[in-house]
This record gives sequence, C-alpha cells and structure tokens, in this order.
Amino acid sequence: MSEGSAATRSVVLERELPHPPEKIWRAITRPHLIEEWLMKNDFKPEVGHRFNMTRTPKPDLEIVVDCEVLAVEPCRVLSYTWCAMDLEGVVTWTLTPTATGTHLRVEQSGFRPDQKRAYGGAHAGWKQMLAKLEQILDKMD
Amino acid sequence: MANAHEAVFRSLVDPTRRAIFERLCREGEQTVAALTAVAGVSQPAVSKHLSVLKQAGLVGDRHEGRQTHYSARPAALTPLVNWTKEMTSFWESRLDRLEDLLNRMDR
Repeated sequence: MSEGSAATRSVVLERELPHPPEKIWRAITRPHLIEEWLMKNDFKPEVGHRFNMTRTPKPDLEIVVDCEVLAVEPCRVLSYTWCAMDLEGVVTWTLTPTATGTHLRVEQSGFRPDQKRAYGGAHAGWKQMLAKLEQILDKMD
Repeated sequence: MANAHEAVFRSLVDPTRRAIFERLCREGEQTVAALTAVAGVSQPAVSKHLSVLKQAGLVGDRHEGRQTHYSARPAALTPLVNWTKEMTSFWESRLDRLEDLLNRMDR
C-alpha cells in the first residue's frame, strides 16, 4: 500500500483463498454473483463494455459508479475503471494459482496517470484541490 | 465510502463552491458580503453555497450583531484525504463478503 501524491495513490489488498481461480473468476465476473458481495451491476467480461455499479446506502441516496472494462484474461486478470463522484480510478483483480488455492490481489488506483478522456476542469480541479487540502491539513497538525 | 464523505464530495464538486471554501481556508473568517465581492455570483447564490458547505460540515458560522461570519472547517476533509484508509476498509469488507460467497458456492 502506498500513500503518495494525489496522482499516484492506490490501495492494494491481497488474500490467500482456498478456492481455485476458476471459481473466484466466476464470483468476480458474473453479475448476479458480483451483486452478492460488491454491488448491483450490469457487468460483462468484454473489453470496452461500459457498466454501472450501484448501491443505495440510504433510501434517498443512490451511489452510482461508472465503469468500463479495460482488461479480461480469464482466470488471471480483470481490470475496469471505477469512476465515482468525479474521481476516476482503476480496479484491477489478479488471480494467481497456488498449491492450496489462489492468491487474490485487488488494486485500486485513485487516479489514472494516463488520462485518456479529458475530464476537464472538474478532474484536474480535484487533483489540485486534494493536494492543496493535504497541505492545509498538514499545517494544522 | 460513508455517507458523510459523499456529502463532502458533492459539496465540493461545484467549482464556485470550491472556490469559496478555498478562500475561507486561505484567508480565514469572512462575511457573505466579502465573499460575494470576489465570488463572481450574486449574494443569494453565495449564501446558498455557504449553506451547502455548512451542511457538509465544511463551514461554520458565527453571528455578531447583524453580521454572520463564515469560517472553514477543514477537519471535515480528513476522511477525503484519508482516501487510502477509507478505500482499504471498503475493499476489506467487500473481500470478506466475497469469501463468504465462495464458501457458500461450495455447497
């Protein structure tokens, strides 16, 4: 896990699971299974497919995450963009078979370094904002 | 992300509102009139922005005579800045659920 600048921040989680990669792959790529542990979705394992993840933590509040599939290597790698509230990131799942099951790694980067789409002022503004806010908060400590 | 963070995010997505908040952070306590002078929008619009920021916990107010003085409460941003921690706990909980599901798929 690294806590760098706003442009490079990411989180990485890793788990050893006593299940074969094929089974984990099903759980992370089939919409009705994804819904059971992550969010409601219209995911398809096709590069370029755009989909939403949604959840409703309160009756009057619906969180929608805009996603686009970036990489699909069955039972090995799955990657999609994760854009919520003007913050764009990428979520990447990596499955590695082990003697006892699978090593599962999930990484979420907060901001993609190679922005393809121009998010314009909003996105650039966010990065600057967060960087500035961090400075302000540092000074307060 | 918890709901409080969403309120903070939403309140700062608007560039005019963000500019007002940044100004309060930089320059300290201000009145609506002082903020309006530089905000480029009308006083009622500034007041509305301030009320959204206040609801999100980003701005506090202090009444003195007829004047209301607004100040930034940057501590409300801590969860945003602690993005890494927040997202780690989000994915931890989701992975727990994934493991539950995998165990149920066995049966």
